[in-house]
Amino acid sequence: MSATAEAAAGPIGRPRRGVLRRVGRWPTTVKIGVGIVGILALAALFAPLIAPYAPNEIDITSLLSSPSSQHLFGTDDTGRDVFSRTLYGLRLDLVLVLLVTYVPLPFAILAGALAGYFGGWVDMVVSRLADVMIAFPFIILVIAIVAIVGPGVEAFLIGVPIAAWALYARLARSEMLVVREQPYMMATTALGYSKTRAILRHGLPNVARPCLVYSTIDLVGNMILLASLSYLGFGVQPPTAELGTIIGNGQGYLLTAWWIATLPGLVLVLFGLGVGLIGEGLSDRGLARGGP
Amino acid sequence: MSSLLEIESLRVQFPGEEGPLVAVKGVDLAIEPGEVVGLVGESGSGKSLTCRAVMRMIPEPGTIDAGGIRFDGKDVLAMGKSELRDFRAHSVGMIYQNPFGSLNPVMRAGEQIAETLRVNRGLGRSAARTEAVALLDRVGIEDPERRYRAYPHELSGGMCQRVMIAIATASSPRLMLADEPTTALDVTTQAQILKLLAQMSAEQGMTMLLVSHDFGVVAQACDRVAVMYGGHVVEAGPVETIYHEPEHPYTRALLNSVPELDSAGNVRRRAALSGHPPELSDVFPGCVFAPRCDHARPECETVSMKLADLGDGHSTACPVRPFAASGSGPANGAAKVERIEA
Repeated sequence: MSATAEAAAGPIGRPRRGVLRRVGRWPTTVKIGVGIVGILALAALFAPLIAPYAPNEIDITSLLSSPSSQHLFGTDDTGRDVFSRTLYGLRLDLVLVLLVTYVPLPFAILAGALAGYFGGWVDMVVSRLADVMIAFPFIILVIAIVAIVGPGVEAFLIGVPIAAWALYARLARSEMLVVREQPYMMATTALGYSKTRAILRHGLPNVARPCLVYSTIDLVGNMILLASLSYLGFGVQPPTAELGTIIGNGQGYLLTAWWIATLPGLVLVLFGLGVGLIGEGLSDRGLARGGP
Repeated sequence: MSSLLEIESLRVQFPGEEGPLVAVKGVDLAIEPGEVVGLVGESGSGKSLTCRAVMRMIPEPGTIDAGGIRFDGKDVLAMGKSELRDFRAHSVGMIYQNPFGSLNPVMRAGEQIAETLRVNRGLGRSAARTEAVALLDRVGIEDPERRYRAYPHELSGGMCQRVMIAIATASSPRLMLADEPTTALDVTTQAQILKLLAQMSAEQGMTMLLVSHDFGVVAQACDRVAVMYGGHVVEAGPVETIYHEPEHPYTRALLNSVPELDSAGNVRRRAALSGHPPELSDVFPGCVFAPRCDHARPECETVSMKLADLGDGHSTACPVRPFAASGSGPANGAAKVERIEA
């Protein structure tokens, strides 16, 4: 698209098409972030096609071999290909983390928005419940859940949403307190719209943005949390490939076979960096009021 | 009794630590169908609250604790929930002071008009879109197809206010409540918006209540004016009469405070009223304006604030009427409004 054509189209009422042109307007941080996360996500998605070996395939002939063209990230103590395991591990991590971050998110935002809009006893119930969840040490909560359901992914899947909704609800509530007083919310009353319409159609979209920005930080946090839990033995159980278990397993060989723990660790760092860059770009653009 | 809107001794109060704060103390106002009525007064005189009370949209924790509001013979204060929603959706429209804040920032301008059409007029998706573009065109927005897709922050203040007018008039309300619709706009845009409102009310036979603190705006757009002070209507009447033969000392003082173009650098200062507007918690047995009035007499402290009819739709709440003798005289009547000495 040439510069003149863009000027002619003007800044007003951009058509929905022209995705490429809009990508061009993104801040550089977002472009880099999307690039990193995109590549990692694609690699994870197509792990079965990309990975040269199965994640638990054992090659007795090459134990603890250093990175080479055969084994990009080397092999571990049982001769499993670390690169393949990292891809599969990333895949599992991404799925689990997306689940625990974004499945409870809408409910949390709704709860917070209702609390902020109605105030009174609704606000009391939601806010006090949120306070309790925030005051509770999270790792202890997960360990308690592990004690109940036994070690495994379930504890993570149950524990994170129970604790994480509280922050989003608080955020949405405080946003709603502001949005509620805006003239356009008053206008919904003056136009005779139902409360449901006012909250869902006009309130929520304005409340959700800071929550979405925060969720990118949360996403990385949850990723590291899952890896930590697995590393401690509370999360994904070996031999299933998962970044935390791979790192935990490789930790004992740090001095003799550094690649087992280091390379998957770097992938984790890279992912965190990518999501962080996106989040920063979003908050720069999105938190300024009125911008789309 | 053919008035479209009748407001009768309306009282709006807010709970305060030391007794209630009464923001609107006793407003009487009747608006005939097709009329454009201005409501002027300084900040805190209760004009916006009166306007909002018509829709029963007094902000929490305020309440309408006395008086009556009748729209087309129906008692607004007695309406049930669904009846009230229907009344708000179809019978009255409202536009506000801040055109930027009145539109949802994350929704396209046109979609907000289309939403009203779909919800309140039951149009289908594509019919609503077509009608919304037509409405944008009618409120004088150029290139309506493209503006339909614009977000509010991509529009100017004047355009936002036009979109707001389109939304408010989408369901052809019989009464339009305009709460300082031009205050946030610059003077040229102000004139355009007023012209648009006058034109729409003339075309659709729409009655309008225009709230403003600006006599110029009211003079430009209204047939009749009601002047508010301290929660009361102190004087009401046709625009011409109020401007040229104000009967109430407050109206006179208010008109006197409007600066003239040639007063810049002039040594003579405009006559200012001594004292301050009444506090919301003040209770006056008599006239609210008496403490600041040059013409106050002892009985002013006790008479009740009731509008007395002077004929020709002109009425005043002043019991003394210090200008009655000269007020109708040709000398004063023909004098330029701004030149009247208080």
